[in-house]
Amino acid sequence: MRIICTILFLALLVFGVYTFVEAPNHGWWLPENVSSFGPDIDRLFNLIMYMVGFFFVLTEAILVYCVFVYGKKRTTKATYTHGNHRLEMLWTAVPALLLLFIAFSQMGTWAEIKFKGNRPEGPPMAEVYASQFDWRFRYPGRDGTFGTMDDLENAFEFVVPVDEKVLFHLKTRDVIHAFFVPEFRLKQDATPGMTIPVWFEANKEGTYDLICAELCGWGHYKMAGRVRVVSRPEYEAFLAGLEEDMSSTGMEG
Amino acid sequence: MKEAASHAAGAAPRIDELRPGIGAPGTVREHHDHHEIGFVRKYIFSTDHKVIGIQFMFTGLVFFLLGGLMAMAIRWQLAWPWTEMPVIGRMLFPETGRVISPEFYTMLFTMHGTIMIFFVIIPLLTGAFGNFLIPLMIGAPDMAFPKLNMFGYWAMVPAIFFALASFTVEGFGPAAGWTAYPPLSTIESAAPGSMTGQTYWLMALTWVGASSMMGAVNYVTTIVKMRAPGMTLMRMPLTIWALFIAALLQLFALPVLTAASIMQLLDRIVHTGFFTPTNLVINQISVEADLGGAAGGQPLLWQHLFWFYSHPAVYIMVVPAMGLASDIISVHARKPIFGYKPMAYSMMAIAGLGFIVWGHHMFASGMDPRVSMIMMVSTIMIALPSAIKVFNWLGTIWGSRIQFTTPMLNALGFVAMFIIGGLSGIWMAATPVDVYIHDTYIIVAHFHYVVFAGSVFAIFAGIYHWFPKMFGRMMNETLGKIHFIGTFIFTNGVFYMMHQLGVAGLMRRTADPYAYETYAHLQPLNQFISISAFLLMGWQIFFVVNLFHSLFWGKRVGRNPWKATSLEWDTPSPPGHGNFDQQLEVYRGPYEYGTPEVEEDYLPQTRKL
Repeated sequence: MRIICTILFLALLVFGVYTFVEAPNHGWWLPENVSSFGPDIDRLFNLIMYMVGFFFVLTEAILVYCVFVYGKKRTTKATYTHGNHRLEMLWTAVPALLLLFIAFSQMGTWAEIKFKGNRPEGPPMAEVYASQFDWRFRYPGRDGTFGTMDDLENAFEFVVPVDEKVLFHLKTRDVIHAFFVPEFRLKQDATPGMTIPVWFEANKEGTYDLICAELCGWGHYKMAGRVRVVSRPEYEAFLAGLEEDMSSTGMEG
Repeated sequence: MKEAASHAAGAAPRIDELRPGIGAPGTVREHHDHHEIGFVRKYIFSTDHKVIGIQFMFTGLVFFLLGGLMAMAIRWQLAWPWTEMPVIGRMLFPETGRVISPEFYTMLFTMHGTIMIFFVIIPLLTGAFGNFLIPLMIGAPDMAFPKLNMFGYWAMVPAIFFALASFTVEGFGPAAGWTAYPPLSTIESAAPGSMTGQTYWLMALTWVGASSMMGAVNYVTTIVKMRAPGMTLMRMPLTIWALFIAALLQLFALPVLTAASIMQLLDRIVHTGFFTPTNLVINQISVEADLGGAAGGQPLLWQHLFWFYSHPAVYIMVVPAMGLASDIISVHARKPIFGYKPMAYSMMAIAGLGFIVWGHHMFASGMDPRVSMIMMVSTIMIALPSAIKVFNWLGTIWGSRIQFTTPMLNALGFVAMFIIGGLSGIWMAATPVDVYIHDTYIIVAHFHYVVFAGSVFAIFAGIYHWFPKMFGRMMNETLGKIHFIGTFIFTNGVFYMMHQLGVAGLMRRTADPYAYETYAHLQPLNQFISISAFLLMGWQIFFVVNLFHSLFWGKRVGRNPWKATSLEWDTPSPPGHGNFDQQLEVYRGPYEYGTPEVEEDYLPQTRKL
């Protein structure tokens, strides 16, 4: 049983590390990063992963060693000790410092993403409405204010300009939803009764899945949307096209 | 009553009170007619803490099976969405063509979580082990309030009734997740399936809370007032410390959940507006105008109240497991626990910090980002006491003499996998990283490593370890080892690769992830996980067979089959009513293994030198 137990725990250690090394080759890893604050988040993710990985290997290796060595049949008594004060101090102080380091290393990035001073100035570029089970994106139109006759609305697809800070107001009409674009490293709940300012800056043109990340009812799994990142001229053309559609069908925002 | 009052005024019971039939408060009369009580009083409406503990154990295990079967259905859907379920699909869903419907999937994971947390892990750890072990390990004849204790178990009956009845009501049952976030959970039209179901769910939760509360009052009182002479706080086994701390957590946190679930009940039934904001429009219908509901409430209020209980509840689900594992490791490693005081203090630290970390469930909720920052620091720091515990477990087995018994294997498995669950938590605590991984499968991996690979392995270890004391018979070691090996392998098969799924951004709670292009390539990995899950479930047959076979035909044992030092091994197996048949005095701590003071390698707490 000593050998089986050693093998089991060793296998956990080896496969535990190996799957993390191998995962990126199969796409079981962070998707492509296209947002301005994404690299910071990935860096912090990796920082924690390496620190955590170190302690994973250390502790599991000690466990495997103990099982292998101290599992041997013997007639002598086990070492009689109730503890060691210096060791306790060591393994309290070192993790405490490392954890504090991790905690403080997060703060800059969090402040950059969330705090008011770093949010883009001016009125929001759009209002995003979530409801069971679709997304609607409203632009202010020519007058630059929401809630007027010339508001433009688009369903399913959120078109935004590349390399610009996009500030939008996230709202929900009914239950809680969440705005999640994996490639932007961005997730924000839409909470009923709240208007939540959110921003991102996408640095690469393309289309990205917009996923509802908070359980919102039976159709939660199909509450898909899309974010299309385009150049500034294409964005202007899109808005102009939207305006034409709206006026020709006589729809109001 | 007079006797009880005079006893409550004194500190610990006198030594002669501990003998059955003599002077023990509360239990004294039952001792006298102990031989006359019939089957019903003895095994069903029993006030004996041991019987109540065993009742909790079997109830928990039955629900474990039910919750496990639900997990299998969830795994089927995630691996092969919208395909016919072989064999049982015909029985369960004839009307949807043997396929899980999205409504039913939502209900499945809601009830899987609810059952596993409120009807399996908490009743098994605090209900079963708490009841069975506390009086035995501190040298008391029974709990401080035996009748309240009995009522604590029977309060589970309405809870079970409502939980099971929620499956049968119109629609499908509760479908708002085990977290029941409003307005999805409060406005009926938001989740058409969960009309009466969600109301029943809230009733079940309230009754579970009442049961836990009665248990917690009993545990705290018993541990404080009824320790045997010489059993100082610092001579208590770590299991008792753990259960004590968990009971305190329940005492302080549960009232908040009970209040919140009553508020949610009011929102549902009489349309108050605690959690319903103004201008809510569901299915094109204004909630205020057409449903006659109040408004002006805050959905975030529920999240605060819910997590103020439910985060400490996470520690209620793991701290007792840490205690069980500590005791079992020390016994079967034949070595004193390394750093007894740091072990006890770190559990207190986990409990204390546990009250100021609930906000880490809400980093993406729209809560003020400054609050998130504070919660992040406290959450990251709670990893410290967990780390101290892991190092002390490793210190305990270093230089030990490991006996590879089934309880020891499971306890070592607990340590090996709790490390993973503990470490992965640091990602979630870090707010910027959490913005990406929040609500993804890495969260699912994390809490299953803590609660399944951690607590459930500790529960298995505990059952294998204390089964001889409960029933006077050993469990079969060969079957136990087969059970451990398979369970260990498949547990990691199920949960380990969920980390990678989460890193790839896969969301929880979606019935069909492959509807998104982003997730299409993750299906093979999900199929691997599902096959591991089916094997894990099937492998439990070894445990079930072992349990029932040993119950009737296991090898009979004497008082102390494991050569352990704590007080419960000083009683007959199984102990009679009143527990101890001899005078008790405690002379030392519970971990005297390998001591040079005596020839054998263990020195019981009660032996006078």
